[in-house]
Amino acid sequence: MSSIVKNSFRFVFFILIQRYVLNEIPPLHQFVTPYLYFLFILWLPFSINRFLLLLIGFLFGLTLDYFTQTPGLHAAPCLLIAYIRPYLLNLLIPQETTEQSYIEPSFKSMGGAPYSLYVFLLTFIHHFYLVLIEWLQFGDFIFFIGKVAATTAISLLLIFVTELLFFRKAKFKTNAAYI
Amino acid sequence: MKNIFLFIGRHFTFVSFIVLQILCIIMLSKYNKTYEAFFSATANELTGKVNANLSNVYTYFSLKEINRQLSVENARLRDSLKANFIAPDSTKKLVTDTVAIDSIKQYRKFNYLPAKVVGNTISSQTNYLTLERGFKQGVRKGMSVLGPEGIVGVVIDVSENFSRVMSLLHRNSKVSAMLKKDNVAGSIEWDGVDPSYLTLRNIPKSSNIQKGDVVVTSNYSANFPSHLPIGTITEIINDPSTNFYTLKIKTATNFYSLQYVDVIENLQYGEQMKLENTKQKSNE
Repeated sequence: MSSIVKNSFRFVFFILIQRYVLNEIPPLHQFVTPYLYFLFILWLPFSINRFLLLLIGFLFGLTLDYFTQTPGLHAAPCLLIAYIRPYLLNLLIPQETTEQSYIEPSFKSMGGAPYSLYVFLLTFIHHFYLVLIEWLQFGDFIFFIGKVAATTAISLLLIFVTELLFFRKAKFKTNAAYI
Repeated sequence: MKNIFLFIGRHFTFVSFIVLQILCIIMLSKYNKTYEAFFSATANELTGKVNANLSNVYTYFSLKEINRQLSVENARLRDSLKANFIAPDSTKKLVTDTVAIDSIKQYRKFNYLPAKVVGNTISSQTNYLTLERGFKQGVRKGMSVLGPEGIVGVVIDVSENFSRVMSLLHRNSKVSAMLKKDNVAGSIEWDGVDPSYLTLRNIPKSSNIQKGDVVVTSNYSANFPSHLPIGTITEIINDPSTNFYTLKIKTATNFYSLQYVDVIENLQYGEQMKLENTKQKSNE
């Protein structure tokens, strides 16, 4: 499957899952909001152009905002993690080998520890920024700290489950045009 | 000049990041301040259609609950039919030579427009509902929304066939309320913790309140008719530093299972707003 087609599917899939499944879950506690949608940005291919990545991140967040009627709330953190992602990847993986032989970040392509760190850091940054924006609207410091911690934990759990459920074969790059 | 272009060229990603980020912040602040539809009405229309289809499926699972709510509501409405009409308090009777103008005649103040709920969130800090009834069907901004058991929220955005309601479960929501037994008025807010509980503030400590007292909408609200149920008092928080109680209210409306609501049109809303917004001339 072409990488563009695959990622377009993911785009739609993640938005629908986030809006119509995760956002419909009755709240257990005010801190607990399950977020999974930003995994789309973490799964984008290595080779993507930085500017394009920013643009995709922005549009992706904005699409979710259309559905939840909160313009800018999700677009801003998505944009931030899309901006930080290339720098983080540069730090975490041996440039020459991984980026040339694998298509996208996964447990297998990056190795367990670096990939976990990559997911953890971006999840944390995303939630930190998202809750910060919420917090600025109606401040309460306990709310801020508690929600960042709780949502990050829930998201990491969800991402872990997703990785197990939808096992992505770590595909090698070959000379073929599309894989 | 050349250097500026060079700089932008070198840091193109960073510059575009900043520009987009600023765009996000502008959208956020604009939307929160005015509730103006920053997103075009078409977006509302599009997501509304998706919501409408999904809602058809959801409705089946809660038919029993809807039936119960409707029968309870019917019973309550039979009690209070007169409340939709007001009689002008005037004992004057204007008499001209031939025509008598009857000023005691009752006229309609509130109109109820039934609507189906096609989208409803309760899990975030800013919750909204989407109704399948819009501008074409007579819904306007500022109208209040009543569920089968109590009030739900206020219309903040209208597209052609859908409308967006700011639920009571919104951190910025504020509704004027009063105690049913002695008409002491306060304001209803939500603290973002639990979708089944609201907060009632500004009830003076002089009023004699008890757990279980009923809280209803007050006379002072321009969009809500008075005496619509909001909830019952479950906890009284006595803060020694103020002269007011903070009360925890159990909502009358079950926000988890809203399927059908009524949008309430106040036929005198425009007139009242116009009068209230004109500046009083101060005679210094």
